[in-house]
Amino acid sequence: MARIDVNHIRHSYLPNPKKDSDFALKEVHHTFEDGGAYALLGPSGCGKTTLLNIISGLLHPSHGQLLFNGRNVTNLSTQERNIAQVFQFPVIYDTMTVYDNLAFPLRNRRVPEADVDRKVRETLDMIDLASMANRKARRLTADQKQKISLGRGLVRSDVNAILFDEPLTVIDPHMKWVLRSQLKQLHRRFGYTMVYVTHDQTEALTFADRVVVMYDGEIVQIGTPAELFERPRHTFVGYFIGSPGMNVLPVALEGRTAMLGSQRIELPGAPKAEAGPVELGIRPEYVRLGREGMAVSVSKVEDVGRHKVVRANLEGKEIAAVIGEDDEVPTEPRVRFDPAGINIYADSWRVEMGA
Amino acid sequence: MEKTWNNKAWFLVLPVLVLVAFSAVIPLMTVVNYSVQDTFGNNVFFWAGTEWFEELLASDRFWEAMVRNLIFSFIILAIEVPLGIFIALNMPKKGWGVPVCLVLMALPLLIPWNVVGTIWQVFGRNDIGLLGYYVNAFGVDYNYVQDPIDAWVTVIIMDVWHWTSLVVLLCYAGLVSIPDAFYQAAKIDGASRWAVFRYIQLPKMQRVLLIAVLLRFMDSFMIYTEPFVVTGGGPGNSTTFLSIDLVKMALGQFDLGPAAAMSLVYFLIILLLSWVFYTVMTNYDAER
Repeated sequence: MARIDVNHIRHSYLPNPKKDSDFALKEVHHTFEDGGAYALLGPSGCGKTTLLNIISGLLHPSHGQLLFNGRNVTNLSTQERNIAQVFQFPVIYDTMTVYDNLAFPLRNRRVPEADVDRKVRETLDMIDLASMANRKARRLTADQKQKISLGRGLVRSDVNAILFDEPLTVIDPHMKWVLRSQLKQLHRRFGYTMVYVTHDQTEALTFADRVVVMYDGEIVQIGTPAELFERPRHTFVGYFIGSPGMNVLPVALEGRTAMLGSQRIELPGAPKAEAGPVELGIRPEYVRLGREGMAVSVSKVEDVGRHKVVRANLEGKEIAAVIGEDDEVPTEPRVRFDPAGINIYADSWRVEMGA
Repeated sequence: MEKTWNNKAWFLVLPVLVLVAFSAVIPLMTVVNYSVQDTFGNNVFFWAGTEWFEELLASDRFWEAMVRNLIFSFIILAIEVPLGIFIALNMPKKGWGVPVCLVLMALPLLIPWNVVGTIWQVFGRNDIGLLGYYVNAFGVDYNYVQDPIDAWVTVIIMDVWHWTSLVVLLCYAGLVSIPDAFYQAAKIDGASRWAVFRYIQLPKMQRVLLIAVLLRFMDSFMIYTEPFVVTGGGPGNSTTFLSIDLVKMALGQFDLGPAAAMSLVYFLIILLLSWVFYTVMTNYDAER
């Protein structure tokens, strides 16, 4: 296991990158602590797979350094870095049995056959495939194949980190839960450093201790699931995490008050003045729909099962509010914003509020 | 739910049936007709029963041609399949090289058989042929008109030149269908170049290779035009393969009865081999 330092890494797929927009990865500087479970979350094309492939050595970064436990590994090959990676589509060696698939990475490294056997049997137990050891791997189901891909990483006891590149994309929803909780268990038991790339927020939030949100080649926020939910640092994080995403409304500030059109909204504190357009962000969960507050016109109510999402119009802006499954929408609906859920953004970045 | 049965749909198959009847079934029946009778022309026929078949199966000439043909097929498969795989592995996977390579590879396949024969017939001549002249100039005694070995070498090189491309293109199609993740996973698993070939590329090419072997075997077992144009089956009978022998018998000697019997036996052999290949391939699929 290792601590991974991503030291000012930039990457471009172009031969001579000049502008910032030429970079798929603008500049990432971050430390993945030893034994941590991280999720890299972001939309398609935000650079998360690029970052993962740089860590595993499949890509060489244009600029910057990568350190494992303080040792510079930027110029080492994938094999020398001793990394395990699980891909989006299960990669198995068709002609081999499950057992041989797991033994493959060890045999390639000329591990004595007795050790191979011991390690493979251990790993088979870990991933729950012991009963299938002698089956041809190609006849297994997608989730079993994905477990083999994972197992090929786990079988090497000395791997520095296990990287996952959207590993559950092709897995049926009910199996996703099972596999994800097995991953969590493995992590707790063996303390692997795990980095998990996904564009699915549920997956990221349930898997990881810390979620790294990426947007347009940059890390916009690193935090626990709760932090990302309560205090999104960037409006993008607000939109991207949560269902529906955060309401972001353009406002004008007057001390401890935000002016939304003709409405005055009391803030929990006075935001420190910043340049750029000012916006107020509030999650639908903190929008209280009732008979007092600002008048809205409701355009749509979506029943999503455990709760309802109310789409309404406030001062010409679309907002969403979450209400309980049994709550009714009043005839003259009004909304209040719970001060605990209010964040103020200047130029899309969150600003701290003073007392 | 009641299923609607409508046998009128069979009429839609009728055009194909008629076409196949005229193009295959009726000519085949004519051959069957010839194979059991003797004729001296003028539409006068005498019943011969299985006489022609017995004569054929007892003749050295038939078995020699058959053995020659099998050896030929075996040699060209042994060269073209590994060579085809090797070339396919070394072809570029992206960039401007891809269309260039594909066109170069496709060229031999686009040339008509008899033209291929003529090209090599001239190419190998030791008076004016580029190959024949220079090989002799370097002191190698090469003459495909007189030396059976030289004739075989010429015919085999010609076939390799003509048909390796087919194996290459099929293998290449198999190779480019392998997702990048497989190669990346192999890197992470520390696989050697050989292991990547053995456990990723070869298994993924298995299906197309079966097809390539099938096609090349069938084609080489029925080969006629190219060796006929180059060597005419000679020197002596050394490059007389089954189909050349058949044509000699039917058109050269006008022995229609024996030739018809030979056609049928030839046909049955190919049918049998096709069936074997088909069974192997479908079993392989079922196993997947």
